[in-house]
Amino acid sequence: MTKPIDRRSFLKITGTTLGAGALYQVGAAVGVDPQGLALTDLLGRQNGERVTPFSFVQLSDTHVGFEGPPNPLGTKAFEQAVEAVNALPRQPDLVLFTGDLTHDSEKEGETLARMKRFQEIAGRLRVKNVKFVPGEHDAGLDGGQIYHTVFGPSHYAFDHRGVHFIALDNVSQGKPVVGPEQVEWLRKDLARFGKSAPIVVFTHRPLFDLKPEWEWYTGDGDEVMNLLAPYANVTVLYGHIHRNHEQLTGNARHLAARSLIFAFPDPALTDDKKPMPFDKGAPFKNLGIRRLDLALQGARPVLAATEVELSSREFAGTVGIKQILKGAQLA
Amino acid sequence: MRSPRIAITLAFLAFGLPALAQDVKVIPITAKRFEYSPKEVHLKKGETVTLVLTSADVTHGFLCRPLKIDSDIPPGQETRLTVTPAQTGEFTAICNHFCGAGHGNMKMKFVVE
Repeated sequence: MTKPIDRRSFLKITGTTLGAGALYQVGAAVGVDPQGLALTDLLGRQNGERVTPFSFVQLSDTHVGFEGPPNPLGTKAFEQAVEAVNALPRQPDLVLFTGDLTHDSEKEGETLARMKRFQEIAGRLRVKNVKFVPGEHDAGLDGGQIYHTVFGPSHYAFDHRGVHFIALDNVSQGKPVVGPEQVEWLRKDLARFGKSAPIVVFTHRPLFDLKPEWEWYTGDGDEVMNLLAPYANVTVLYGHIHRNHEQLTGNARHLAARSLIFAFPDPALTDDKKPMPFDKGAPFKNLGIRRLDLALQGARPVLAATEVELSSREFAGTVGIKQILKGAQLA
Repeated sequence: MRSPRIAITLAFLAFGLPALAQDVKVIPITAKRFEYSPKEVHLKKGETVTLVLTSADVTHGFLCRPLKIDSDIPPGQETRLTVTPAQTGEFTAICNHFCGAGHGNMKMKFVVE
């Protein structure tokens, strides 16, 4: 679902997805007219830091260590996505990974080895401001113990150019919950912000009931969204579902990113939660791209989404994969 | 001297409730990675049953929103749930406590007639 964004929705999201990720640009379209500049000044005074344009990238569900028919190429899509980000003529300010960085393993030492492998690939990013949240495959079996030793805290917040970013962990307790301690932490974290503050939440599972019978939900997601409800400009980025999805709940806009390993089908079309089959002729077929562009209709900014497919020009083993964008160019 | 009403109430508590409890159907369900047994359970709309859940290995979950079920199943103990289906249909129950590689497809079906 795509709906026009009115001026109250200050956090502008536009740009081009990168393979299985998404490049977002923040704030750029608002400052182009006098009204927009006045709004950025107002929000800057209210929120402590004026919003200035920047872009960031969301990558998700790399599942390092996964082996199976849905993707016999292992980390190739992840590595390809890193190359695509590095090739951007204008580098994003930061990169967010929204969970399932690794695929779970119960073999001694293997989880740590997979996390190190993930770090090695992610370390190739030219952008060094990289943030993470865990998925259930990273942290669901041990309560996040190994994850914390490698990546640090699994929930935290930071500010960047006038936007408040909040990382939430809805996997480490085994069940799809955030938990009362984190909810209370969030309540205190939000207290210093004005209601117009632009907020980006990034987490792994959807914070609303998308498909509970596929475990596409967070049990106490309503508590999180109730805390965010007074804020006019909230965007929630998540992964887990291995496909694009967009939903509005109140003032909040929820965007799911595609996976870098395999796609799940549309739950509206099937009851069978099975990965989409691998297509050797088009290895990134189900990974796809979403382009989000902000335009102005008169004084009113409008967000438009364009779905762009990835295809491979040549494919030989695990090398030689070329990525071609059809219908759009990278920003 | 006790009133007749109190005496009747005490008699009901002493004899009536156990009799009612015995009438409630008990359905055992076992969870183990990555399946439930049985895979399908038939219920009747409006008829109360007790599900007795046990785990043969690790902590599992048991979620079925249409039947208002959301529980963990820790190993080494029985988890008893009282269920009275309010609608007919087929409803999927899933494991919602991450239990390993096959967790994503650990499920069973309730058929309410």
